[in-house]
Amino acid sequence: MNIHEYQSKQILREFGVKVPNGNAAFSPEEAARVAKDLGTPVVVVKAQIHAGGRGKAGGVKIAHNIDEVKQFASGLLGKVLVTHQTGPEGKQVNRLLIEEGSNIEKEYYLGFVIDRKTAQIVMMGSEEGGMEIEKVAEETPEKIFKEYIDPVTGLMPFQTRRMAFRMNFKPEVMNKVTKFMDCLYKAFVAKDCSLAEINPLVVTKENDVIALDAKLNFDDSALFRHPEIEALRDESEEDPKERAAAKAALSYVNLGGDVACMVNGAGLAMATVDIIKYYGGEPANFLDVGGDSTVEKIAEAFRIMQSDDQVHSVFVNIFGGINKCDVIASGIVEAAKVVGLRVPVIARLDGTNVEAGRKILKEANVPGVYMAADMDDGAKRAVELAAAKKSELRIKA
Amino acid sequence: MGIFVGKDSKVVVQGITGKQATFHTQIMKDYGTNVVAGVTPGRAGEEVLGIPVFNTVSDAVEATGANVSVIYVPARFAADSVIEAADAGVDLVVCITENIPVMDMIRVRRYLKDKKTKLIGPNCPGILTVDECRLGLLPTYIHKKGHVGVISRSGTLTYEVTYQLTMAGIGQTTCIGIGGDPVKGMDFIEVLKAFNEDEDTLAVMMIGEIGGTAEEEAAEWIKENMKKPVVGFISGQQAPPGKRMGHAGAIISGGKGTAKDKIKALNAAGIEVADTVASMGQLAVKVLKEHGIYDKCHTC
Repeated sequence: MNIHEYQSKQILREFGVKVPNGNAAFSPEEAARVAKDLGTPVVVVKAQIHAGGRGKAGGVKIAHNIDEVKQFASGLLGKVLVTHQTGPEGKQVNRLLIEEGSNIEKEYYLGFVIDRKTAQIVMMGSEEGGMEIEKVAEETPEKIFKEYIDPVTGLMPFQTRRMAFRMNFKPEVMNKVTKFMDCLYKAFVAKDCSLAEINPLVVTKENDVIALDAKLNFDDSALFRHPEIEALRDESEEDPKERAAAKAALSYVNLGGDVACMVNGAGLAMATVDIIKYYGGEPANFLDVGGDSTVEKIAEAFRIMQSDDQVHSVFVNIFGGINKCDVIASGIVEAAKVVGLRVPVIARLDGTNVEAGRKILKEANVPGVYMAADMDDGAKRAVELAAAKKSELRIKA
Repeated sequence: MGIFVGKDSKVVVQGITGKQATFHTQIMKDYGTNVVAGVTPGRAGEEVLGIPVFNTVSDAVEATGANVSVIYVPARFAADSVIEAADAGVDLVVCITENIPVMDMIRVRRYLKDKKTKLIGPNCPGILTVDECRLGLLPTYIHKKGHVGVISRSGTLTYEVTYQLTMAGIGQTTCIGIGGDPVKGMDFIEVLKAFNEDEDTLAVMMIGEIGGTAEEEAAEWIKENMKKPVVGFISGQQAPPGKRMGHAGAIISGGKGTAKDKIKALNAAGIEVADTVASMGQLAVKVLKEHGIYDKCHTC
């Protein structure tokens, strides 16, 4: 789960990580009020969206008086920002962070992530702050330093010292830097983060060490023990179909094409998206109905898939393990009744209770539902049907 | 033969009184798995499907000599269950549970570091050695005895590929789903090592997916060490970056972990990778023929 920068900074503040003074604003008037309360000569107006690269896209403005703050705020609110992380459709700005300007002397990078191979949290630091860390890692990997953290001892003082020396901080700020690292690590563990990234971490001309930007991501599997994090969710940042799917315990990712698919299991669902593309189709979505499907869940999946006007066919690809084919088949029949089938459905069923499932579909004889012999056959036919529909629409137009 | 589990495995089921666990314990028993005990705290003295239930794993091990555990307990208790099984000294733990917090798994991995106990999973379909032992969720009818090993990060793709093999007349030794989590127990290399040493296994099907670099590391290892042909597949070729594709571990982050990189690494190690998962069975037949072991592997 992702949250906004201003929310991340609020959490970091609670753990003793120094961040610039500031507050969120939802209107130009509120922005002006926050700026007035700050009372600093320079105020930064920052667009709050769940994507990086905001600065380059014009989402960060430096204001020198209250009028400018108001002016920038009205310009940004409601604007669609396109960054390298948003995709071409961009993201609308609905919130701003208004914070005091900092007297930057030098920028650094500091981050914590999970290292899969060693099963440890790793701290990463670099003197090359402000840049995309992926780019630094690619071009000059020797400029990124790492400390692997034993979960028994936690992050040790020698590790923060070693990192601070390697990152070339000046002696005057050493203690502040090591404390900063320690506090950030504590926040990471306490909140079950999957990523904590401070880019840039800055040293100011007044020798303060502060998080100028902050990005925290959280482990979805640990949200049950963090209602305070769940409460920070901004649903306007999420795809409405993905949101509806999550509420129905379906795992859905919008891919924008015209061949929808409904699959059990993440691996098979990914492989189904791939095979649709392989046969020349454009996958509309990734959809994993999960292990323990019910008739209602399948019907809801159909509702979500068909809510997209662009969708011209649906490929149901099931290899039942925990799932039972008869339940899936009943779900399709139920969806046809309750939701209605707007587009043709190709169903491939294998695995647990496969005979019962095929029998249900055969006997129900729902118009527009076809059985596939296997995955290959199903994918090909779903792609063909979508293509036929598309050319039909083109002729009409 | 096969790897990790077989006729000698004495199995304890943790969380045996749960609905899913009881359902799958019945299938395990029907398949001939030697299930000797169940564990649910506070339920000692009861029986489930004729299997005695104990309060703790150590009680179960002491009374029955169980040496393998399979875990079906809910996510928030599952890490504790893995460590309890390791503490009781079993050789292998298979954890089916999905959605265990990563921080909990980091602690589990640290605990297992100096222990003999090996872990498969979590968030996995389990392991099945054909006609000997089934732990987890794998459907049984798709398997036939033979000489090909299957290893996968995905449950349903394990079934898909195994079934394709069986339909093509190629039987299996052991099929393993190592799970879709970012921090887990055994990874590709440890399983490949075991297949490499198993006399009955003549070839291996390896099914990877986006996220992390385990496939790349496995490719390196295969190039240096593997004596048997490996046939590959990677799912998630169309996955957009930064999106979690169902599995917690299936995410391309910071440009790392793409299907393209993994396929490239496998190809560089001399491993043929199927274009689609639906063609993996055919590719297996081709590779087995090229290595002159098709006749031996064509067992059913």
